[in-house]
Amino acid sequence: MDANRLTAEGHARRRFLLGTASLGVVAHTPSLFAAEDAPLVASAHVERGALAPVRLQVNGRDYMLSLEPRVTLLDALREYIGLTGTKKGCDRGQCGACTVLVNDRRINACLALAIAHQGDRIRTVEGLAPHGALHAVQAAFVERDGFQCGYCTPGQICSAVAMLQEARSDTISAATQDVRQRGPIALTDAEIRERMSGNLCRCGAYVGIVAAVRDAATRST
Amino acid sequence: MRAFDYVRAERIDDALTALAEGNTRCLAGGTNLLDLMKGDVEQPARLVDITHLPLAGIEPLPDGGLRIGALVPNSDLANDRRIRERYPLLAQALVSGASPQLRNMATVGGNLLQRTRCHYFVDVGFDACNKRKPGSGCTALEGPNRIHAILGASNRCIAVHPSDMCVALAALDAVVETQSRGGARRIAMHDFHRLPGTTPQRDTELRHDELVTAVTLPPSPFAEHSRYLKVRDRASYAFALVSVAAALDLDGDRVRDARIVLGGVAHKPWRARDAEHALVGHALDDATLSAAGAAATHGARPYHDNAFKVTLAQRAVVRAIREGART
Repeated sequence: MDANRLTAEGHARRRFLLGTASLGVVAHTPSLFAAEDAPLVASAHVERGALAPVRLQVNGRDYMLSLEPRVTLLDALREYIGLTGTKKGCDRGQCGACTVLVNDRRINACLALAIAHQGDRIRTVEGLAPHGALHAVQAAFVERDGFQCGYCTPGQICSAVAMLQEARSDTISAATQDVRQRGPIALTDAEIRERMSGNLCRCGAYVGIVAAVRDAATRST
Repeated sequence: MRAFDYVRAERIDDALTALAEGNTRCLAGGTNLLDLMKGDVEQPARLVDITHLPLAGIEPLPDGGLRIGALVPNSDLANDRRIRERYPLLAQALVSGASPQLRNMATVGGNLLQRTRCHYFVDVGFDACNKRKPGSGCTALEGPNRIHAILGASNRCIAVHPSDMCVALAALDAVVETQSRGGARRIAMHDFHRLPGTTPQRDTELRHDELVTAVTLPPSPFAEHSRYLKVRDRASYAFALVSVAAALDLDGDRVRDARIVLGGVAHKPWRARDAEHALVGHALDDATLSAAGAAATHGARPYHDNAFKVTLAQRAVVRAIREGART
């Protein structure tokens, strides 16, 4: 790939050079944390197989990583940063175990590239209880037995946190009878089940999960 | 996943330049592309990250329609107030697809270009797939083919298009806008996706050097009476066995105009014009409904595991029209 051709205006090229410069910093710095003056978006063009400096903001902290472009956000979190709360289930966008919040929206981290999420605010299950006190959704899952083996739980909880915010913003789902209606949509059990359907639980703890989400919805409104 | 060159496009020209050089795929939501790359079905030499291009807006058009940027996430589109009120069919179709997480990631452009979920296409363990490897054959013709096409297929490919959004867009007479270094094009939604014929490797009319920039919707007479009905193996988070976009313009109980488009039955959203003809000018009584249902599958040719789809499609059409008329 010819970087010069692509970046006639010099904009991306400048970022590429910045990125190349900071690669050295990464190599000589034992810390994962980004220097204050590290560029917000480090890499604009990376050759195949090469490592690129990737700056990620996770749970309020800045991390400076050295990654190939093919590293998913899920693998960056687990294998490079060491935040193993986010789980790898199917790794193909079918189970929801890897659900994290990016700019407050829930996504599947297994189908996202870390390099494409520089500058975004990423929140994982570890970031829901930064000072040890459980988030309202976590507490509700404990009270209502919203899990058995626990493997899908971080994804369920991150998903529920975002889902409650979506519901407060009057978003529709496939369970919503009239998509043209204005105003709040009641979070019936049918709505909760549909809105949580992107998170599978092979233990079948769904009854407890729905009850936990219902409790959390009542408490936080 | 195989390694690839990564380019972040800052301007549309960056993306068009990269695409013109070939063997390049655009990375937007990534929900289909990265999945296929993990499975080794897609092997691009380069990804051009287009997520920062200014194509994420929804703007009003002078004719009263809307222009939807190619990078608008599916969830944002479904919840846009103008879409919910003026194109409820599209909002219903969008929220019936995938999961909330995937809808937050997936874009309009990516949804248009998503690839079939045919078992034999997505699994490189099967040698024969004309869509994946032109000339290699079609495993689905003889293998289990319950989820496959009943309309418009060929002896080279019986895969179906998986999108819900596209079925609604076809019913709403949407137009796809593209750009390449050679200029801009507007392609009617109905002509955008192709039937497999002898070249099933080509899903759409989009050329490799073209970028989808937007989808436009004309003003719709169908806002009051429409219904997207999706029938699948589980209640949520599954692809359609059959889906129906039924859009009606009613004058009392008489049908002034109608669109009936089927999903899950063909290589593209299948506009059932015979069903529309059976409706237009008639009162919506039982005879009209059952005539429209029967007409919707004219020319159907099921395979050994999917004859049930013919009856299912006919009944789904009747139910979608009935529920659409009531709204």
